[in-house]
Amino acid sequence: MILLLEQLLNGLQFGVMLFLMAAGLTLVFGIMGLINLAHGSLYMIGAYAAAWATLQTGSFLLGLLAGLTAAAVIGMALEAAILRRLYAREHLDQVLATFGVILFCNEAVAMIFGRQPLMAGPPAWLSGSVEIVPGVPYPVYRLAIIATGLVVAAGLYLLISRTRIGMLVRAGATHRELVGALGVRIGLLYTAVFGLGALLAGLAGALTGPLLAVQVGMGERILITTFVVIVIGGLGSVRGALAGAMLVGMVDTLTRGFLPAALRAVLPASEADALGSGLSSMAVFILMAIVLLWRPRGLFPAHA
Amino acid sequence: MRESPRQIIVLAISFALLAALPWIAGAVGRPDFVTLGSQACVMAIAAASLDLLMGRTGLPSFGHAAWLGLGAYTVGILAFHARDLGPWALQAWAVWPLAVLVPAALAAVIGALCLRTSGISFIMITLAFAQMFFFLFVALKTYGGDDGLTLRRRSTIPGIAPRDDVAFFYVCLVALVLVLLLLRRVAASRFGTVLDGIRQNERRMMAMGLAPFPYKLAAFVLSAAIAGLAGALHVNLFRFASPDVLHWTMSGELMVMVVLGGLGSLWGAVFGAAAMVVLHAVLAQWTEHWQIVLGPILVAVVLLARRGVWGALGGK
Amino acid sequence: MSVLTRRAALAAAATLAAPAILRAQAAPLKIGFVTTLSGPGGYLGADIRDAFQLAIENNTLGGTPVQLLVEDDGLRPAQAKQIVDRFLKTERVKLFTGVVFSNVMEAIAPDVLDEGGIYVSANAGPSSLAGRGCHRNYFVVSWQNDTLHESAGENANRLGHKRVFVLAPNYPAGRDAITGFKRFFKGEIAGEIYTRLDQTDYAAEMAQIRAANPDAVFQFHPGGLGIAFIRQYQQAGLGGRIPMVVSSPSLDSTTLNAVGDAALGIEVSAQWNSDFDNPVSKKFVADFQARYNRIPTYYASQGFDTALAIAAALRGTGGRVDDTEAFRREMLKANFQATRGKFRFGPNQHPIQDWYAIRPERGADGKLFLKTQGRVLADRGDAYAEQCKI
Repeated sequence: MILLLEQLLNGLQFGVMLFLMAAGLTLVFGIMGLINLAHGSLYMIGAYAAAWATLQTGSFLLGLLAGLTAAAVIGMALEAAILRRLYAREHLDQVLATFGVILFCNEAVAMIFGRQPLMAGPPAWLSGSVEIVPGVPYPVYRLAIIATGLVVAAGLYLLISRTRIGMLVRAGATHRELVGALGVRIGLLYTAVFGLGALLAGLAGALTGPLLAVQVGMGERILITTFVVIVIGGLGSVRGALAGAMLVGMVDTLTRGFLPAALRAVLPASEADALGSGLSSMAVFILMAIVLLWRPRGLFPAHA
Repeated sequence: MRESPRQIIVLAISFALLAALPWIAGAVGRPDFVTLGSQACVMAIAAASLDLLMGRTGLPSFGHAAWLGLGAYTVGILAFHARDLGPWALQAWAVWPLAVLVPAALAAVIGALCLRTSGISFIMITLAFAQMFFFLFVALKTYGGDDGLTLRRRSTIPGIAPRDDVAFFYVCLVALVLVLLLLRRVAASRFGTVLDGIRQNERRMMAMGLAPFPYKLAAFVLSAAIAGLAGALHVNLFRFASPDVLHWTMSGELMVMVVLGGLGSLWGAVFGAAAMVVLHAVLAQWTEHWQIVLGPILVAVVLLARRGVWGALGGK
Repeated sequence: MSVLTRRAALAAAATLAAPAILRAQAAPLKIGFVTTLSGPGGYLGADIRDAFQLAIENNTLGGTPVQLLVEDDGLRPAQAKQIVDRFLKTERVKLFTGVVFSNVMEAIAPDVLDEGGIYVSANAGPSSLAGRGCHRNYFVVSWQNDTLHESAGENANRLGHKRVFVLAPNYPAGRDAITGFKRFFKGEIAGEIYTRLDQTDYAAEMAQIRAANPDAVFQFHPGGLGIAFIRQYQQAGLGGRIPMVVSSPSLDSTTLNAVGDAALGIEVSAQWNSDFDNPVSKKFVADFQARYNRIPTYYASQGFDTALAIAAALRGTGGRVDDTEAFRREMLKANFQATRGKFRFGPNQHPIQDWYAIRPERGADGKLFLKTQGRVLADRGDAYAEQCKI
């Protein structure tokens, strides 16, 4: 029971992380119609900038700020220089060009920071653990990630449902041409939306850094899972991204946590764990395939 | 499908160079060029099979590596069990056809599911199935899991020494030529015309009384079968099968090859594949940071040369 | 002048000239150094390489001019195979070393050995190549994987742990680690988990350790993986509550630096430590620090010992590697002083050596360092030697 509770929290934390990634990716797809494979690179850039600044200054908050700034600035620069030209192009062209951007970013980061991972731990005031229920300590840092993610989700909801920018975003997602016709400076809106998505990816990277190793290639690993999330949730829908992220986070963590143990009853430990981890990695893709066959437009289609 | 004179000249020169590659490699003292040539042929087969889907039928599959990997693992797993199965499990004449049939059979089932979707959903669902196979092979510790499966010796072809790299290069080259001839026949046939029609306007084909689904499925299966052959050659070339072959980046690279060469023109896929293999090797020799050069090249191709390398050769 | 007399004259000239000078005029001996330089295991390869280069003086090793061809395998067996293929065919390399990870080793060793090459391992020693799969031209200077963790199993006995939870990545060396630990550990296994080699988030594993509530945890996570594991162990509130017993890959001087105080209380075992009191080791540590400005890890000591072993063999054969039997005879003499002290090859050409308990302690300068406590195992070969028929 206690184990289940802890694993549920782990699932929630992973889900929150995925949501930060997915929100930006789904907005960019919904509004600009861009499949941006380089979204994972922005995550990596955020993580590197944050870890580097933390190691230089010794301050976690300055690191976080550096991560957010770097991801947003580089994201907007990428948009203005390259990605903007791809909005009207076919998805295939977008995939090819953003694949090129990934290669470039990975190598540039490797040249600047080297090929060995950066290791900046969480700050002292977020280290250690607290007892969430008696006898079950849980890392403070992971709780902080969950809290941050939920606050961001709420903020995004308010931004999109209550503000003028949000109104344009909603309109842009459903009636792209109309918004342009209304005299909104659509280019500026696009850059702003892209910057917001990059910022969230950078936040995800900067927050994950102290938990895991900051290394080249970390972006691609989360990128594909993020795509699964937004496809399940419905492309372009932030609400769908939240639902998809929670679903994928839970399915991934719980199958990973319990499937190998169940298989160990019938198989040698090494084979059970290999099969278990393989099957749990497959689980999210099976989930996506089922969702696509059942509701090809995802759980919460944006262009209903 | 008519080539321009310039394209025909380039084709003739390229294949002449390819046929003479072992001599060239010997003359300049670079025996590794032969391996590179084999690799280019293998990837060209895989890319040409993907072009049948992406270019001709308009189905952008993001999971083509699955078929390549299934072909490779079919050969690898049969060789792994050769002691129990008997010597046929090491013979090319027995194993390679299976490496074509296994992906084709699975593609018939998976294709039937995937083809219920279209557009971006199709991209994603093909990715999903490919990732399932990827993780399946990662999970199978008996066959090495993510450490990969070593093939102690190449599939036996009568009259060819298993360690003869030059002979194996010609095997790959002949396979490539046969695949290209087959795909050209397909393109010129009624079947090929229907696939073109589906890509251009699926609704019109339906109005003409043609149900697109069986045609699309047939293209999907044929494409997977050819990719399976490429996989069988791939595992023989490196004498190693690992889940890397099924990874989504491999699917992505195949897509890049097709688009780089020029979508829908069979030769484009071949040139795209060869260009990627050679570019990779040349850049990697030149600098450890070869990706920082390759990345911008890909972006530039998309932004500037919209019809790919082959299209640019055609002029106009 | 007949052919015979010309040959005799040449031979006379060769004996007259100083052999080192004559050899220096020939093309240097190429050594293929395929290693892992990128990713969380990147510093392992870098340390082995740097230490190996430290042993090369004026581009010679054991009096033979050498050229080190270093390439990064990225911890991908397929990539390593391609590099080896190119080294064998284009560069005509005969002598290989450098591989860090056992899955890479299992992929490339058959390629090198089938082509008549020689492999001398500075780190990985998978069980598959130690027993029935041993080979006349395959030598391991570091250790057979299992023994590394046998020392940890013995250490756990010594510390009086009764129920231990074991974790390792699911790759050849990870499975060897758990086999080795269990071979010597006398208590009960409270749980056994195989993680993924590319995994960096261990939250699910921490939950399972807590649920099992063992006396101690044995884990094998080399390089950056170990840093992530120990950190998350601490953050999960397990550090200080459940003791940890590991062997050297999971806590070396680099990881110790990265995890800091979270490492206090971890019990380690190794075949070498930077405080070893013998002249070779002392000089090596001093030279390494002077040249690279960091404390060498035990990986570095293995790289150095491997270079010394190769140097000794080359000195014996006069710099020739084409006669592999002659090279093998000289290699097996192990005619060199190793940084770890006692060293000899067993019947399967893997080491027979001593193992020590070490522990992180705070030095006078406030910094953490690894301090040797005492010997755990003496003259330990490995469990597979008797299966090897050379």
